[in-house]
Amino acid sequence: MDNDIIISVENLTARFGNNVVFDNVSFDVRRGEILVIVGESGCGKSTLLKIMIGLNRPASGRVLFEGTDILSGGEKTMGEYRKNIGVLFQSSALLGSMTLRENIELPLGEYTDLNPESINRTVKMKLGMVNLAGYENHYPAELSGGMKKRAGIARAMALDPQVLFFDELSAGLDPVTAVELDDLILKTNEALQTSMVIVTHELESIYKIAHRVLMLDKQAKGIIAEGRPLDLKNQSTDPRVTSFFRRQKPEDSSEKRAYVS
Amino acid sequence: MNVNVKATQKKSFQIDASSEQDTFYLRLSGQFRLSNLSAFTSEADALIRNVNAQSIVIDFSDIEYLDSAAALAFITIKNKVSQDGIDCSLVHLSDEARRIFSIISEAALAKPPLKPEIGHLNIFVQIGRTTIHIAKDLINFITFIGELIVAAVYTIRHPHSLRWKDVLFYMHRAGVDGLPIVGLIGLLTGLIIAFMSFLQLKQIGANIYVPSLVSFAMVKELGPLMTAILVAGRSGSAYAAEIGTMVVNEEVDALVTMGFDPIRFLAIPKVLATILVVPILTIYADFFGIIGGLIIGVTSLDLTVSTYVTQSIKTIKVFDIVTSLIKAGVFAALIAGIGCQRGFQVRAGAQDVGKFTTSAVVTAVFMIVLADSIFAIMFYYIK
Repeated sequence: MDNDIIISVENLTARFGNNVVFDNVSFDVRRGEILVIVGESGCGKSTLLKIMIGLNRPASGRVLFEGTDILSGGEKTMGEYRKNIGVLFQSSALLGSMTLRENIELPLGEYTDLNPESINRTVKMKLGMVNLAGYENHYPAELSGGMKKRAGIARAMALDPQVLFFDELSAGLDPVTAVELDDLILKTNEALQTSMVIVTHELESIYKIAHRVLMLDKQAKGIIAEGRPLDLKNQSTDPRVTSFFRRQKPEDSSEKRAYVS
Repeated sequence: MNVNVKATQKKSFQIDASSEQDTFYLRLSGQFRLSNLSAFTSEADALIRNVNAQSIVIDFSDIEYLDSAAALAFITIKNKVSQDGIDCSLVHLSDEARRIFSIISEAALAKPPLKPEIGHLNIFVQIGRTTIHIAKDLINFITFIGELIVAAVYTIRHPHSLRWKDVLFYMHRAGVDGLPIVGLIGLLTGLIIAFMSFLQLKQIGANIYVPSLVSFAMVKELGPLMTAILVAGRSGSAYAAEIGTMVVNEEVDALVTMGFDPIRFLAIPKVLATILVVPILTIYADFFGIIGGLIIGVTSLDLTVSTYVTQSIKTIKVFDIVTSLIKAGVFAALIAGIGCQRGFQVRAGAQDVGKFTTSAVVTAVFMIVLADSIFAIMFYYIK
């Protein structure tokens, strides 16, 4: 697989008022890779993701999709970009008043000229891909958490996007469901060569699926580490990185709680 | 025989057809994806339709891009052709293309929905369901009134358990924030009644009765009624939407698990605040109604301010004011109670919140008018 770049983030700075979330962040998403973004709460992972999917605007910097700046290109560029990406939100964000079929039909009906029969077949195929065959007439409220996530993935993949974004992939799921989800992600990535950008905290899941990890830090206001997850765990010299990947608390964290003794 | 299909410049794909003995070949090149799916499927269908061969071979060796939707389209073509008894094979697939085909599960495509689609029901089923629905709604409402009374009795016996801060907050929301619109509507109502009655009464020279008519109508009927309808629209809907959203966000469940009675916690402050505030709003509406009448009286009827005021005061009796306030209090309880009850009926989803918010206003307005009719008869006999 060639290693060319599909999304390129250049010198991105985000701030809320005077509070700088991250400053001058640059990285690339390669075609076909699974990139995981990690970091402690409040380090700006979700803000970064929201900028990359065009929901938030950064204070400065650019996001290039196949060489085109999506932030300065206006509504049309953004619309075109949105057809090429799929997003799975933390709560799945399936529309509760619609069945799964209607949820998945929504983007297909809006952006393609397929006839109802093809749309129906495509819906069945997407549901089959996420192991939810037969659930087209169910409402999201009738599904379990893991099924909702998978249905969300099916909707995100409706238009065969080139990049999939996942916010807090396995948050709130039991280990078995989380593993199933990881397998689904790997299978989809392998079969369709879809690039994936994932925000997650689940270490086991990171070791299993990530091709590359970016670690953001709150104090440094930027990326402090990048690489394959096992390399970061075993070879990094930065205590912030090793404590995250080895699931230990940092050395100095006990100082402030001296009164506990 | 060779048939060549000309590819236009813009087209991102090309399908070349050729036949050799009994085999028909389709050579694909270029990009096959969701965005040109309709174009290439109709082209392929057109090529295949008149084929008189025993087998069809679709050659993938020159494709540059394939996505799952396109792969599905070729599977569909293959299945359709096979049904006609023609052998169809897909050949020269790259590893990537093979992987894409591998995730399309034919079992999933053929699997019937686990739940049938909800189609049109016949009229008897609809009537039956609606009847059951109305009956359940009624039971739900009566149960809620019971729970509300229990919660109210508990609150009266344990006044410290009441969330006074919430009561003040909702008094502000429903009362203070409602003053401008209630005042304006009151003023305009008074103005309209004065003007309409003036048009009629001047024919018999009974202008002097305009102040009586305005104050009588405002205090006895229109003041409480207009205020109640406004509060139902402003606050009743807000209560339903607020509680409904809390149900959807599992906040109500959280309250229950923390040991709070949601009705005592959420409904009682709202009901109490509304009962305290609506009578005051009613007096305010009455006052502005009389001012509205006064404006017409002074400008069009040649009455002096003092004549108008004396005439108005003469008409209104203490009994009228007291009954008007009692009515306002009952209306308030109905509005807040129904608003909260409808909010708790929300189960899941944004649509439910909208549905029950609308229902809160409609039911409240209906109950207000119903209660008003009962009061009219009741007070007539008490007097």
